[in-house]
Amino acid sequence: MKEKPTFYDVLMQRGVSRRDFLGFCALTATHLGLDASGAASVAHALETKPRIPVLWLHGLECTCCSESFLRSGHPLASDIVMSMISLDYDDTIMAAAGDQAEEILQDIIRDYRGAYLLAVEGNVPLANDGMSCIVGGRPFRKKFEETARHAKAIISWGTCATSGCVQAAKPNPTRATPIHRLVDRVPVINVPGCPPIAEVMTGVISYILMYDRLPELDKQLRPKLFYSQRVHDKCYRRAHFDAGQFVERWDDEGARQGWCLYKMGCRGPTTYNACATIGWNENTSWPVRSGHGCIGCSEDGFWDRGPFYERLPDMQQWGIEANADKVAAVGAAALGGAVAAQLGGSLLKRMVKGKRGDETPSADDDKKGTQS
Amino acid sequence: MSQTTTANGFQLDDSGRRVVIDPVTRIEGHMRIEVNLDSANVIRNAVSVGTMWRGLEPILQGRDPRDAWAFVQRICGVCTGVHALASIRAVEDALAIEIPANANTIRNIMHLALFVHDHLVHFYHLHALDWVDVVSALNASPKATAELQQSISPWHNASPGYFKDVQERIRKMVGSGQLGPFRNGYWGHSAYKLPPEANLMAVAHYIEALNFQREIVKIQAVFGGKNPHPMWLVGGVPSAINMHTSGSSGASINMERLNLVESIATRTQIFIEQVYIPDLLAIASFYPEWFKYGDGLASRNLLSYGEFPRRANDDSNASLLLPRAAIINGDLKTLHEVNLRDPAEIQEFVPHSWFRYPDDRQGLHPWDGITEQDFRLGAKTRQSEEKIENFDESAKYSYIKAPRWKGHAMETGPLARMVIAYQAGNQRVRELVDGALKKLGLPLTALFSTMGRTAARGLEAQWAAEQLNEQIALLHATIKSGNEATANTDKWEPKTWPASTRGVGYAEAPRGALGHWIQIRDQKIANYQCVVPTTWNASPRDAQGQIGAYEAALLGVPMADPKKPLEILRVIHSFDPCLACATHVIGPDGGELTVARML
Repeated sequence: MKEKPTFYDVLMQRGVSRRDFLGFCALTATHLGLDASGAASVAHALETKPRIPVLWLHGLECTCCSESFLRSGHPLASDIVMSMISLDYDDTIMAAAGDQAEEILQDIIRDYRGAYLLAVEGNVPLANDGMSCIVGGRPFRKKFEETARHAKAIISWGTCATSGCVQAAKPNPTRATPIHRLVDRVPVINVPGCPPIAEVMTGVISYILMYDRLPELDKQLRPKLFYSQRVHDKCYRRAHFDAGQFVERWDDEGARQGWCLYKMGCRGPTTYNACATIGWNENTSWPVRSGHGCIGCSEDGFWDRGPFYERLPDMQQWGIEANADKVAAVGAAALGGAVAAQLGGSLLKRMVKGKRGDETPSADDDKKGTQS
Repeated sequence: MSQTTTANGFQLDDSGRRVVIDPVTRIEGHMRIEVNLDSANVIRNAVSVGTMWRGLEPILQGRDPRDAWAFVQRICGVCTGVHALASIRAVEDALAIEIPANANTIRNIMHLALFVHDHLVHFYHLHALDWVDVVSALNASPKATAELQQSISPWHNASPGYFKDVQERIRKMVGSGQLGPFRNGYWGHSAYKLPPEANLMAVAHYIEALNFQREIVKIQAVFGGKNPHPMWLVGGVPSAINMHTSGSSGASINMERLNLVESIATRTQIFIEQVYIPDLLAIASFYPEWFKYGDGLASRNLLSYGEFPRRANDDSNASLLLPRAAIINGDLKTLHEVNLRDPAEIQEFVPHSWFRYPDDRQGLHPWDGITEQDFRLGAKTRQSEEKIENFDESAKYSYIKAPRWKGHAMETGPLARMVIAYQAGNQRVRELVDGALKKLGLPLTALFSTMGRTAARGLEAQWAAEQLNEQIALLHATIKSGNEATANTDKWEPKTWPASTRGVGYAEAPRGALGHWIQIRDQKIANYQCVVPTTWNASPRDAQGQIGAYEAALLGVPMADPKKPLEILRVIHSFDPCLACATHVIGPDGGELTVARML
């Protein structure tokens, strides 16, 4: 195997000065919350590592994850693909096809055993001997097993890979099975969402490259840095929820004022994702801003938690039912008191559970999240 | 079989060497192509195999019809949104819901943005590498490349220094030995005909288009919150307009939002006109023989359901910007009416598909559609211990059904839409098509080919970019007239619905004609069927043995090197396959199996 240029080499080749490079490292270290010595380790990592090979497989899926990845503005998908990683296999964009494509898998497994990343978009259907997804005349399952066995780590892109998504909605006819249920020993990172936010996808890759380690994961194997806050808690319309100002019908006066979509079925209160903070398409918008509630697309089993326009049934926060229809009657003082009471309530609850400051939302928490 | 003539008049000969391409890459989803070559390496038999099956339709049964759009949108994340659009149209049709004018215009804007985006990404990122030799670009003179660029377009990135930088970037990538997505490509293949400068220019635009495409879809993000998979709404659109009064800055649609949309649409049109179209014409001019190969069904049978209603709730041809019609037997002068409701017009057949009907010889209209899995291999299948070597096309061989219009196998897509619009007298389409053909010195019939299909897609992208700007102007005009409505909620509540009803939703996806058929009983989905563009184009054989568009288009195409299937990729990519769309159908669970636990 010949010597591979490092990320640093590639930047130098692209005309980036060393001064700019170190500035970039410092900025990156700060951005990722490291102290002053962090910049040096970032620089060292980037100077000494060849570009990591990435094999990107597609199982049962719709390719929305690939499309989302291409939307990344920072870093640009073109920079990731051409300069940061070596995307040696991705059937959606690769030049080679057929035998020439499949050969690459064998070459990478041979040359980079234990040192490549496997990215999987989609899941593995197990029904019918796996023959609901046939690649190269064999069940996709085989291809997945061969490449997974020798991977350094596996990134499960999107809800298809992390929990089966729409194929796994009842009655899950193909027995679409999430990636992490099929793997032992090789670490798996779940990056859910239908699709995940572009900058979350490229953020996960950047993190692994910068630090040569996986980001810290929660119990559902999601990176905590992107999936530990509820959409509802960061929603720019949250004040309207607290004030009892709701959209009651599509295109009503509340909709034209940008009020809360809880009564239209918004799943923000039970969804852990970064839509409300990072936003979509370089923060152009996100579903609530477009006037439609969140459908909870990054949560396990969200397809079977419908109908989507039915309000969350167990949402028992401060006086919604009493006050939603009597907004005008609520005085400012009473409102402030109620919000404080609610916040106090949630803090108390977290402390009792012993999770404050280090919450690891689990599927259980999701169900209870509506009450916290 | 050896030599036969199909019921739709194509000569097949399966006696020669069999070549397999699996996976076909740079498409959406999973597909396989098998061909037989004669002694001169010309394709004499072709077999199109859809190799995935996701099963969305039964998943929809029993659900709330207002939710259906979100489920079916996940059929495809590339042509994202179009299944949602077909779905809400089907539900609105079933429930007789009329949508406001603004909702219609906003849907058109979102859908036109998809057309432009999808076509651009297809050309540069899925198709271009069939024509462009990345490695050859290293031999280009940056100065000559700049001169070439300036001679074909006013695009600003046209300096020798710019092309030198791009070339340097490719040189480092190739020199590193880590070629990423360009690894194992067919570089140096004798079928590549572009001079190094044209290759360098095209690679520069591959990167530019990759960076620019993310701008176009921000239009969908404004109205639908995100892309891929924006939000839609039965009865209108979710985004409320508030252009004039207090609270406007908190509304989904206000002056700033529409200015953003307009700015993107303007830049999009410039990119299409100054980059995509000049590149398309430049590349096409080096491949004249590809205006001959790959016709297949194109010169015979074309189908379009029509798209982009000018007026809300009016899908007649008087309203549709692109008309609904069929052309059969190569009679371009006669545009046949197409009725999606008529049980005798659109039918799907399964004798060569891994599904079963009570009687496989009969076709079924989608309202009566059945999708029950029947995965079994024919007697002539060749298998090794490892894998299936060759499928047996005399038996069942694909997860794609065979749809037929009045019994005819049809081609659908941009080529069909442009030709039908041209024949229907669409002035702007005529100007675009005639203009391009004049520059290339070709007759209209040259469109019935691999390169013709690719050219039609580019011209349609230009048409769509222009329409995008017109629809934005229309939205402003309607708002100016005092109409800000975006949703009709009269029939939002299920209690207002009839006990039993059914509807059909038409759409044109970037890849072609799309239909969704829904039956609603007791406020729930009783049955849901989709017939999608790639089901038409990638169709296997039917009960009469008629072959579909992919199989027909591959016939007669010569291969320079059977081990390197560049020519097959050219033909298949010209259709822009979307296999997740084509193979979403379903049957009962095939039974319990061993879970593949590793280690």
